[in-house]
Amino acid sequence: MILEIIEQIAILLFVPPLFIGIINKMKAWAAGRKGAPLFQFYFDLWKLLKKGEVYSRTATWIFTAGPIISLASIFCAGFILPLALSSSPLGFKGDIILFAYLLAFGHFFILLSALDTGSSFEGMGASRGAAFSAFSEPAFFLSLAILCIHAKSVTFKDVFHALPWATWGFAHPVYLVAALALFAVLLAENSRIPVDDPNTHLELTMIHEVMVLDHGGPDLAFILYGSSLKFFLQAVLLVHLLLPLPSTNWYFGIFYLFIGVFGVGILVALVESAVARIRLSRVPQFLIGASILAVLGLILSFYKGAP
Amino acid sequence: MIQDANFILLIVIVLDLYIVSSSRLDTCVNATALQGAALAFLPFALWWKQASSGEMIGLLLIGAGTFVVKSLLIPFLIFRSIREANVRREVEPSISLHFSLFTAAVFVAGSFWMASIVVFPQSPPASLIVPAAFVGVLVGFLLLVSRQKAITQVVGYLILENGIFIFGQILFKELPFIVELGILLDLLVGVLVMGIAINHISRQFDHIDVNRLDELKG
Repeated sequence: MILEIIEQIAILLFVPPLFIGIINKMKAWAAGRKGAPLFQFYFDLWKLLKKGEVYSRTATWIFTAGPIISLASIFCAGFILPLALSSSPLGFKGDIILFAYLLAFGHFFILLSALDTGSSFEGMGASRGAAFSAFSEPAFFLSLAILCIHAKSVTFKDVFHALPWATWGFAHPVYLVAALALFAVLLAENSRIPVDDPNTHLELTMIHEVMVLDHGGPDLAFILYGSSLKFFLQAVLLVHLLLPLPSTNWYFGIFYLFIGVFGVGILVALVESAVARIRLSRVPQFLIGASILAVLGLILSFYKGAP
Repeated sequence: MIQDANFILLIVIVLDLYIVSSSRLDTCVNATALQGAALAFLPFALWWKQASSGEMIGLLLIGAGTFVVKSLLIPFLIFRSIREANVRREVEPSISLHFSLFTAAVFVAGSFWMASIVVFPQSPPASLIVPAAFVGVLVGFLLLVSRQKAITQVVGYLILENGIFIFGQILFKELPFIVELGILLDLLVGVLVMGIAINHISRQFDHIDVNRLDELKG
């Protein structure tokens, strides 16, 4: 058990930047470019960690604390989510709700530290970030609720145990609906292309990038690593939903999970390469659509004789 | 097989929601074509296992007819109208897209509720048939009353008809398939006439805005 906890820490520490690297490489290939090295994100983080910080005179302690608290809460969420074997170091009854709100709490502190800089530009970004996460939260929470209803439990362990083999099959369209809603949330929450473009520095369109413009050095490294960790965790959730782990062997489970997560990464990269970013005023509609899909799944779960 | 039918019906419901939420006309028509293609497989999924050889011919005819008419011919006709009338998107629907998406969601919930209280003399072969049919009819009506462009209204009419088609599948054993084929022919002629009317209106008056149709004078 101790060994598994150490391994979970190691995975949470070292794999998420690789996940981002795979997405970027895949996007570059899809566009016919060579792309940055697979491990570029590690080099960036290392470079940022070696630098010093510059703080604005208007900033208070919230600005300094924001990235640290955000990273800490996302890391705690990583301890709650079972990686393989459907058991986690910190699993307890009702941990799904804590997981969802730890992720939201991390986001909230990024917003606070963006507001704390006193720059109107970052305030605008924080407002966008708050609005869009308010729209994506019902979709996220309702799709988790679908899983909880089918497992009759609010614990990750029971939920993952209750998932049938081959959730992608025709027999269980409810799970497909939930997975679709979760995928939309994954794209929106991690500032991926239909909602936000992770590459642009164009003021009109940025959401996540705007909020972190005034951070530098280790603070920025914490934020970047925290957002990659959040992305990784949500991808893991999606993989658990679509490919329920067949084995009780920890190492095989982790191997299976990695293949699934990298599959999600490739899927995200393909979506990013194929789809155009939607207009900012249409983003709420995209997220409302995801929420309505989740509501449809919820209705299906309560409907008698449901498939 | 019933699972496949339910899966097809779920795709139909999701496509209904997608059509309500999109503002581009060509996206709407493509989604309608996809819906028609999905519906072409519905009779097979529902009845193929228990059909006699005579009924199998009927199933084949209905499936092939639905596919050709609903996902090839009608989209082709509508795309021609779009090209002729030179409209790309629904600019200002009388209900905003957000609100019509919400309304459609309420319709979905209401349809499932109605389907759970309505009693049929024989139970429907797949559990999602009745809610999917209600959703199709209600969303079709929503598009008919809330959109300004004549082409979106044709799409609404098609979705409405798809809902009725789904209802008709309950009665496959009783209803001769020739009736179904007759309905398909009616639909094709209806869309053809509407397409011609749209073309003439847009050529004569430079717009196909339904709100201004009462100003038309010959």
